[in-house]
Amino acid sequence: MSTRHSGAREEILGRIRRAVEGAPEVEIPRGYRTTTDVADLVELFAERVRDYRAVVHVLPAAAVPAKVAELVAGRRMIVPAGLPAAWAAPAPDVDPRSADGVLTTCAVAIAETGTIVLDTGPGQGTREQTLIPDYHLCVVGAGQVVGGVPEAVARLDPARSLTWISGPSATSDIELNRVEGVHGPRTLEVIIST
Amino acid sequence: MSATFLGMPGDFPKNAARAVQDSQLRYNLRKATHTIRGKRAAVVDELPDWRELRAAGKAIKDETLRHLDRYLVQLEEAVTRAGGHVHWARDAAEANRVVAGLVKATGETEVVKVKSMATQEIGLNEALAAEGITAYETDLAELIVQLGDDFPSHILVPAIHRNRAEIREIFLDRMGDAPPGLTDEPAALAEAARLHLRERFLRSKVAVSGANFMIAETGTLVVLESEGNGRMCLTLPETLISVVGIEKLLPTWRDLEVFLQLLPRSSTGERMNPYTSTWTGSAEGQDFHLVLLDNGRTDVLADEVGRQALRCIRCSACLNVCPVYERAGGHAYGSVYPGPIGAILTPQLRGMSSELDASLPYASSLCGACYDVCPVAIDIPEVLVDLRAKAPHGAAERAGMRVAGWILDDQTRLAKAQRAAGRLRRLVPRRLPGPLSAWTDTRDLPEIPEESFRDWWEREG
Repeated sequence: MSTRHSGAREEILGRIRRAVEGAPEVEIPRGYRTTTDVADLVELFAERVRDYRAVVHVLPAAAVPAKVAELVAGRRMIVPAGLPAAWAAPAPDVDPRSADGVLTTCAVAIAETGTIVLDTGPGQGTREQTLIPDYHLCVVGAGQVVGGVPEAVARLDPARSLTWISGPSATSDIELNRVEGVHGPRTLEVIIST
Repeated sequence: MSATFLGMPGDFPKNAARAVQDSQLRYNLRKATHTIRGKRAAVVDELPDWRELRAAGKAIKDETLRHLDRYLVQLEEAVTRAGGHVHWARDAAEANRVVAGLVKATGETEVVKVKSMATQEIGLNEALAAEGITAYETDLAELIVQLGDDFPSHILVPAIHRNRAEIREIFLDRMGDAPPGLTDEPAALAEAARLHLRERFLRSKVAVSGANFMIAETGTLVVLESEGNGRMCLTLPETLISVVGIEKLLPTWRDLEVFLQLLPRSSTGERMNPYTSTWTGSAEGQDFHLVLLDNGRTDVLADEVGRQALRCIRCSACLNVCPVYERAGGHAYGSVYPGPIGAILTPQLRGMSSELDASLPYASSLCGACYDVCPVAIDIPEVLVDLRAKAPHGAAERAGMRVAGWILDDQTRLAKAQRAAGRLRRLVPRRLPGPLSAWTDTRDLPEIPEESFRDWWEREG
């Protein structure tokens, strides 16, 4: 069923046109920063992710496979297709409901806000796969880290479903006490590969 | 806008007078508002270009509102192109009918919900219940409010009027599967909610959400949240129905670079909220329906002064700095929109025919703190003053003002009145009788001089 051409549509659009008739045109001043002057993006990103009480490792690329192996040992992990074979053997079909964790990379990472963005591209799994398991291990390449939000928005494709992740799931709904881990993964661990 | 909260029949002063007697409530509110206020200030100060972001945010919203018709049509085309369905609703009843129809078409009788101001505004849960459909709130605070048969009292932290002991009681009484040894530790309470909702998320076929932003250019919807319940609702169910006010639009994808900085820092006082989801049309094969809601917004848009309230991005920064909200609490405002923004939004959306709604523009000392922190620079004091002029005034007040106007308009009449007052000055009581006593309860009547200045000047000068 669609009410696309219902009376409601025409009536609302008509009301809007009458309401704004003669209102002044608007110029949008964009004097804010669209690039960020950060000396060490990796260091800032690592610091900001740690502020959310996530675990962060900064390692040379050659040391990443051994670290991944160490962290996933004993865990039943979802390993989506598209990750470097050296990190872990692909295991994209593990049922998220019985998986202990998920290993991904990301589309882009933001230093100023400590944010990882997933766009369901290669090595990032589906939205369900990165949501249901209790543990999320994300490997971020140093080249994926940008300074601020504007640089990230410019790199992302709106046609893809995006998930911006800043630390583990959290709530402050009870007397404003922060509790980590409600419905999303309770543990977020990030390896920054330099 | 749906009717006033039940149990809140009075006007704002009466509700507030009751609320300030509740010391627990005042303690909770003070702690909450001061904590978030401090966090906000710290992360806002961190950005060297906050002022420029705020100016851009204000202008982007004004531009959206100026051409709202064009942008809505553009959004509709983009959502439809991406496999979604767009519905239009003039008012709450129409929106509720559309949503109920969509849920019934799936054959389901349960829906999971992401926290949404718009669906609270239209009373969706109650409307669905009347159609035999149960709506389950999944945000922790909304769950506390729903289980406690209660009303939200803050935009961001709706259960802020409840302490941990009360929340434990509510869970033990109403949740069904609450562990018997449940303590009142926040972590234990959150864990109980996680377990309670887990199975529901995994088996639900239909979800209802709102949205923080909609992008006209791309047809993308954006939801910011903390707990992951939003991701659960947006991702897992086969059908997703989003009910969104028509003013939630942004023209371009690029505009998110402004609002994804303004909103989290103003709202939770974080550099970024834990989770933000964006999707365009039918994502991963989901059946997606967007219900565009007017419900009074076009009336607000028609008001040259009041329309700036439609820039609001529901961050709640104005609540956290307001000396009136801090003492009166959210329930006193009798609406899903409390605090300073509620004091200008509710009377415009609902009109000022009820005693409560007509009293809301006075729920402020006009100190202006709300304007200072507003990330889209809504001049709330300006709108409050404008609404006060438009609010209905009592017959005695109107008659008094007419008489005063008639006398002050003419110097002969003024002189006669002043002489009469000088002669009768001994007869004026210290406190005024009847309804006028409200004025002299807190103020002294000015002493009337024997002779007016004009008469003295004429005699001596």
